Amino acid sequence: MATMFRIDGLGKSFGPNKVLDGVSLDLFPGQITVLMGANGAGKSTLVKIMSGVHAPSAGAMSLADQPYAPSTPAEAIRAGVVTVHQNINDGVVSSLDVATNLTLDRLTGRGAHLFFNRRRNRREAAEVAAGLGLDVDLKADIASLSLADRQMVGIARAMAHAPKVMILDEPTSSLSSSEAERLFAIISRLRDEGVAILYISHRMSDIRRLADRIVSLRDGRITGTFEQKPLDYEGAVNAMLGRSAEATAVSVRDGGKPILTVSDVRLKPQAAPFSLKLHDGEVVAITGLVGVGKTQFAETLFGARRAVSGEMTLDGQRFAPSSPADAIRAGVFLVAKDRAESGIVADFNLARNISLPFLDRFSFLSVVRKRAEREAARRQIQNLAIVCRGERDMMTTLSGGNQQKVMVGRWMSQPSRLFILDEPFQGVDIAARRDIAAKLRANAQGRATLVFLTELDEALETADRILVMSEHTIVGEHRNERLDIDRLLAEVAAGAMKGAA
Amino acid sequence: MANILIRYGFLALLVALVVFFSVATSGFASPQAAVFIFQSVAITGILALGVTATLVVGGFDLSIGSVATSAMMAAAYAMIVLQQNAFVAVIFCLAIGALVGLVNGLIIVYMRVPDLLATLGMMFLLLGLQRIPTEGRSIAAGMTMPDGSTAQGTFSPAFMAIGRHRFDFFLPDLVPVSVVVLLILAVLIWFFLEYTRFGRMMYAVGSNPRAAELAGAPVKAYKIWAYIISGVFASIGGILLAARLGRGDIASGNNLLLDAVAAALIGYAVLGASKPNAFGTAIGALFVGVLLQGLTMMNVPYYTQDFVKGAVLVIALIFTFSLSGRTAR
Repeated sequence: MATMFRIDGLGKSFGPNKVLDGVSLDLFPGQITVLMGANGAGKSTLVKIMSGVHAPSAGAMSLADQPYAPSTPAEAIRAGVVTVHQNINDGVVSSLDVATNLTLDRLTGRGAHLFFNRRRNRREAAEVAAGLGLDVDLKADIASLSLADRQMVGIARAMAHAPKVMILDEPTSSLSSSEAERLFAIISRLRDEGVAILYISHRMSDIRRLADRIVSLRDGRITGTFEQKPLDYEGAVNAMLGRSAEATAVSVRDGGKPILTVSDVRLKPQAAPFSLKLHDGEVVAITGLVGVGKTQFAETLFGARRAVSGEMTLDGQRFAPSSPADAIRAGVFLVAKDRAESGIVADFNLARNISLPFLDRFSFLSVVRKRAEREAARRQIQNLAIVCRGERDMMTTLSGGNQQKVMVGRWMSQPSRLFILDEPFQGVDIAARRDIAAKLRANAQGRATLVFLTELDEALETADRILVMSEHTIVGEHRNERLDIDRLLAEVAAGAMKGAA
Repeated sequence: MANILIRYGFLALLVALVVFFSVATSGFASPQAAVFIFQSVAITGILALGVTATLVVGGFDLSIGSVATSAMMAAAYAMIVLQQNAFVAVIFCLAIGALVGLVNGLIIVYMRVPDLLATLGMMFLLLGLQRIPTEGRSIAAGMTMPDGSTAQGTFSPAFMAIGRHRFDFFLPDLVPVSVVVLLILAVLIWFFLEYTRFGRMMYAVGSNPRAAELAGAPVKAYKIWAYIISGVFASIGGILLAARLGRGDIASGNNLLLDAVAAALIGYAVLGASKPNAFGTAIGALFVGVLLQGLTMMNVPYYTQDFVKGAVLVIALIFTFSLSGRTAR
């Protein structure tokens, strides 16, 4: 089979940060290649280079044996490489009707008409829609369409260019399963028409349904290519999550008395209920792919959302926090995922960021005792070895790892009963990651610690026990000592269908 | 060097202006002139301090000017038509301010209307509402009511005293009530925002609401309270306005909103804060007052005043957003 699209030794760096490192990949016509990779593996960067948003730092690409180096997204589309982006609403203009959206790219550029002719617009739109067998009301507003229909409109417009290569970046992440079915039907049709498709996803169910071939990306490198039928899904997940031999083993401890019990909690109406117990002094990791409900569970424990059903107890008392403030009062702390978005107050200095949740404890008659506040910040700087000039540094002057240490220090500055960290190692360098993990283990006594991690390595380095989450429920439990890594990977990859063994 | 300029530039400019006017005009450097400056910015300043609270939580309140004039009309209506005493009139005004702030907050937080639009709508609504009880007439003692009768009430002496009384301060009868109120409110809101945990949390809400929420703050309540503070401050401004004029004048208070917002925004530049702050707001109001008073004493015509204010605001904003690298709202 002739190669349609070839990537050869592609590299990309942002400053000192090497995001892609010698990626080589071939795409063939009439074949769906699935690209798997954890957060930060470099998937989006690869897509952006292919679609002309970024220029590569090294390497070359070719399309149908011609050199291909688009300098703008428009150039990429003209050459025949179209991209359907993850965020569906990026692809459509919601204030315009379907017909205009279907022909949006004809409104500008050379040869575009000066006046907008509604009848011509409708005629062209009808052709575009027919090309994909799309059955939507051309006069409808985009805003009145379902997400799936909006995405179809975006895809139909892209298809009007008769593309040779189509890139879909996690297209089902906000679709329901029946909507996803419709998308799959269209993707299958495009494959049969001979388009080379690169499909990026975490969702095992999508991958099982579509993949002709799986490529795993990890830390900017291709770590596995799987094309032998039947496809080795577990091997692909393994290659994506990585399991390097040098992962430092932890000396596993057993927990003391139970602190948190969760009984028959359901995170989503259609998800299976699960139960678990967390004990004093133990560090438990919950691992699983992106979008399987880890963050939902973390936020449920922290009172930021409510479980559909089920009971929780904390120290034997019924625990049903109605707000984060409620959870904090009960001694349940959460270091939230994505610190820039949901942790750091950029206008505040380091000390003020640390004291934020505990201002009442740092206040006398509601007046903040700044000396005590700074004192606490200095303690955390020392405790976590935060690299900074002092407790009055602004957060923006710190590196990602040190910012994360401040976030951890914020919640370590007061004693907790249950300490939850959601993806605490995202965008954190290895040294800082080791520091944080070591500190978590060192002062784990007197509380239960729960860490949500997508990367298996990180879980192996941090936890006493590892639970596996899939499809919004817990499907496996492992003691982090001579654990059966194959069974664990099978649980991560398989989900509820054959997990829970 | 650049840091020092950003930090103290505006204060230095203020001092330079005072020195310049003191030398260039006779009578600028006197206690009476100083008090007059304070008096001229008192009502604007109080409104500006209120709107600062909404700026801190990342909002904006365009209704303050019309809240103030509504409060003024309400005070006059309460005393002249309803024949109430000064105490009732003041409470009535404060209640109106708090209620409008509460409604603003609820519309913005729960109905998800953007702050500028919600308060713009409220401004319009109040401008119209304050004219309805008297069918568009100003309210003064002995006025003819819509039904042909004559209003029986008068502005009570106690209420008029708010506008007329002056406290002794080194010199007899020097400091008017409005200036004392301004200074007290300025210190209060400054202390509240800078030193209490509530003020701190309000800044956190303005900077990163999600982080504030995950730190246990009731973000919605903080936002609503900010609008209530703004409404109450504006109604205090309205009370002072009514007491100064001695009537409910539908034509007064046109410039209040713009002047107050300008003072609060000029405040961003003070001490290089790059964010809303009570001290800066007070200095901003004072800056405009000093400039206008000085220029007036140098016989610069009155019709250039708005131009001067606008120019100061534009310069201060450039100062804030381009010179000091951080971006505020």
